[in-house]
Amino acid sequence: MSSVIKAVKEYLESEDFRFTVALIRKSPLTILGIILVFLLVLLAIFAPIIAPYDPLEQNIDIRLQPPSSEHFFGTDQLGRDIFSRVVWGARISLIIGVVVVSISLFIGIVIGIFAGYYGGKIDEVLMRVTDMFMAFPRLILAMAVAVALGPGLFNTILAMAFVWWSIYARLIRGSTLQVKNEIYVEAARAVGASNLRIVFRHVLPMVITPALVQATLDLGGTILTAAGLGFLGLGVQPPTPEWGLMVSEGRHYISSQWWVSTFPGLMILLATLGFNLLGDGIRDILDVRERR
Amino acid sequence: MDLKTYILRRIILMIFVVWGVLTLTFIISHMIPADPIGAILGPQAPPELVEKIRHEWGLDKPLYQQYIDYIINFLKGDLGKSIRTNKPVSYDLMKFFPATIELATFSLIIAIIIGIPIGIISGVKKDTMIDHISRLFALSGVSTPVFWLGLVLLYIFYYMLGILPGPGRLDSSISAPPRITGLLLIDSLVTGRFDAFTNALLHLVMPSFVLGFYSAASIARITRASLLEVLSKDYIRTARSKGLKERIVIFRHALRNALIPTVTVIGLTYGSLLEGAVLTETIFAWPGLGRYSSQACLYMDFMAVMGSVLLIALIYSIANLIVDIAYAFLDPRIRYG
Amino acid sequence: MKPLLEIRNLRLRFHTLRGDLDALFGVNLKIYPGEVLALVGESGSGKTITALSILRLLDPTAEITDGEIIFEGKDLLKLSNDEIIDVRGKEISIIFQEPRSSLNPVMKVGDQLIESLMAHTKISRDEAYEIALKLLSRVGLPDPKRIMNSYPHELSGGMAQRVMIAMALILRPKLLIADEPTTALDVTIQAQILALIKELVREYGISVLFITHNLAVAAEIADRIAVMYAGNVVEVGYVDDIFEEPKHPYTIGLLRSIPKPGYEGELYSMKGEIPSLLKMPPGCHFHPRCPYTIEICKSKAPPMIKIDGNHEVACWLFMEGEV
Repeated sequence: MSSVIKAVKEYLESEDFRFTVALIRKSPLTILGIILVFLLVLLAIFAPIIAPYDPLEQNIDIRLQPPSSEHFFGTDQLGRDIFSRVVWGARISLIIGVVVVSISLFIGIVIGIFAGYYGGKIDEVLMRVTDMFMAFPRLILAMAVAVALGPGLFNTILAMAFVWWSIYARLIRGSTLQVKNEIYVEAARAVGASNLRIVFRHVLPMVITPALVQATLDLGGTILTAAGLGFLGLGVQPPTPEWGLMVSEGRHYISSQWWVSTFPGLMILLATLGFNLLGDGIRDILDVRERR
Repeated sequence: MDLKTYILRRIILMIFVVWGVLTLTFIISHMIPADPIGAILGPQAPPELVEKIRHEWGLDKPLYQQYIDYIINFLKGDLGKSIRTNKPVSYDLMKFFPATIELATFSLIIAIIIGIPIGIISGVKKDTMIDHISRLFALSGVSTPVFWLGLVLLYIFYYMLGILPGPGRLDSSISAPPRITGLLLIDSLVTGRFDAFTNALLHLVMPSFVLGFYSAASIARITRASLLEVLSKDYIRTARSKGLKERIVIFRHALRNALIPTVTVIGLTYGSLLEGAVLTETIFAWPGLGRYSSQACLYMDFMAVMGSVLLIALIYSIANLIVDIAYAFLDPRIRYG
Repeated sequence: MKPLLEIRNLRLRFHTLRGDLDALFGVNLKIYPGEVLALVGESGSGKTITALSILRLLDPTAEITDGEIIFEGKDLLKLSNDEIIDVRGKEISIIFQEPRSSLNPVMKVGDQLIESLMAHTKISRDEAYEIALKLLSRVGLPDPKRIMNSYPHELSGGMAQRVMIAMALILRPKLLIADEPTTALDVTIQAQILALIKELVREYGISVLFITHNLAVAAEIADRIAVMYAGNVVEVGYVDDIFEEPKHPYTIGLLRSIPKPGYEGELYSMKGEIPSLLKMPPGCHFHPRCPYTIEICKSKAPPMIKIDGNHEVACWLFMEGEV
């Protein structure tokens, strides 16, 4: 354990880290991304403390009230505090994002490395399958699966993972193909290292970087798509405070009680924006470091 | 490989894609955990009735047989019946899809007109204030939930300011032109109905801007990235060394190369336009494929959803096919490779 | 005789994310009309950025901090953007190392060839086309019409480099800068291109600044050689003088490093390696690797010292009274 701490400390003091920090500081957009994501995570973790009211508590007497000092974002059609619901919604969106991306990353890595490393028939077949999935726009495919499986948080995650893995498979296969021919992989093979060992010690570290950049961007993308599914009524069901669902519920009141849909939607935007900024920033930094 | 072979190859590939789309849709249809017949008829239905319907619908046949039937039905144009409209799904789709094509294509044009110039300016003036603002705009564009944007703009421009028309493709006071293509802009022009034309155009403004926003941002991003990549190439240095003015270097040399990846993205972006249509047509009461499928989702109208998904995937594939062919025209390395 | 182009005390700095790095430390160079001057040095010596400085084709991160580049009485570094654009292609041209990537892949070769003609003169497209055709023949390309209609990826490396040469000479510039034009080509093609350049120099009376890392190639084509090391010109002289009586320890080392056919002993290599811009040694940049270092080398950079007529060295060993 102490060796891990020591390694982390060493890295934080290294020139490499300082260079990375300097690059980050030069990019205001990346800093903005870090702040947004940080705030989002804060909201998700500390929701019970930050939310002033119970997100499920209904109070018909105060329904559809505009934003005020008691209810920052106003109340919805059932008298629930929108601010509290939005805060709790952060948890749901973040969970969906993280789980979906993790599952997709895992499946994508397995399939991508397999296809790329072994090539030949395996590659052909796996890539045709991937193509089949990628022939659909993502939301549309997720929609089909969500309708087939039925509503609910678990099914939503399943539906989205069903769709998202294909991008990683493609990406990682591509990287694997490049890395496969690198000298040191050949060298490892010549020395007699087993295939599996080669894959894990040499191939994986090289291919994982572009996938991680994509994963960061996808954290935003999945939140956006999950909100879309929620808007269509296919995701989590009421009364759970999912942002997309909240926008949909507030849709009928848009003409005069604009706040019911506006604030949850704004949160979707900020959350997605944060991850997009972060992902872009990471990609730019990695680019610069590579070119050195 | 020359152009004809390339096009032929791509078309054959399309057939495989269509087959793949059908297969995946079939697989999804059979992922339903619960018994669909039981769900439709209700728990009180007597088991003999359930069995009878199951047999009628062919659900008691072995899976591969169902698969073959499914493909044959598709080729015959039979996509099942909608439990909501009570009409064949293919009939509904035919009725509604032109409105979506009109909306998506118009949105694409707007997205290109906005996105490409922003991407170019951003790339040429890299790291200046203009670049940072454009990048923020582009990033916000791809982060904005399209359904939310639709609601917000509808509120501002229709309910609050009243400067743009409300939901629907035409004001109720204006009669629709005779249906030739289903695309109002074309039908009204061709039949000389200029009142319908201008009205339809006005109605298109807000929804297509909403839809196009995301795509404009994507296009701006890829154009910027592609332009920066191209500007670092050797042949740009050569062009400058010949004493060409910077304007010519950018437009004649850089852009011709930089726009090639942009064209590829346009195909992908049509997919997000179709997604956007599904999410926003209801908001604008736009009678298209999107509204049909989102309502089908709400009602768990399974056949309708599957049929819509199928059609959308096909439209998406055709869009990509067109883009691939255009790509071959733009890049001589493909044509004379 | 007055030089056609004179570089005086050129100093260049890069603004990078790791800070400001000096890359050229007072480069001095003279090119006379009708001569071929070879600029020789290993990668990282600064030869390419010196060449790019002449036409101001540098990256925005590069800043010229001092010096002048005098061409026909004008300091090129002080010209406005429009004025330097006038000079490019018309008075001074440049060809690069990778001919195929130096051509626009989506434009026909012919269009690229006549582009500079159309930009700098008021000639019609047809006339420009004719001139281009003739020039393509002159540089040794059979079937010029087909070449004009081709795309760059359809050409071989050698053909592409000939096209580049034609493109560079189409406006009859006074100076041609050739940055390692043969390095990326096969040896047989190399010889052909070198021969072509020599012919054209004689025929058109142009001067050539020929950049290479290969002393043998330099010997083949050049009248005079300038040796560069770590951002400085360290020795300059006629080809024979450099080869028979090299003065600078670096030049001596370079010459010793050329393996001679038939030699069976150990290959000679200079100790140490080229300093990185981040850790440039003070004084004479070569002193850590020099077998003849003296005290002053470690702290002060040596000036150019005349040996005789046209032979100059930047080395303290040749300074009278300093040793």
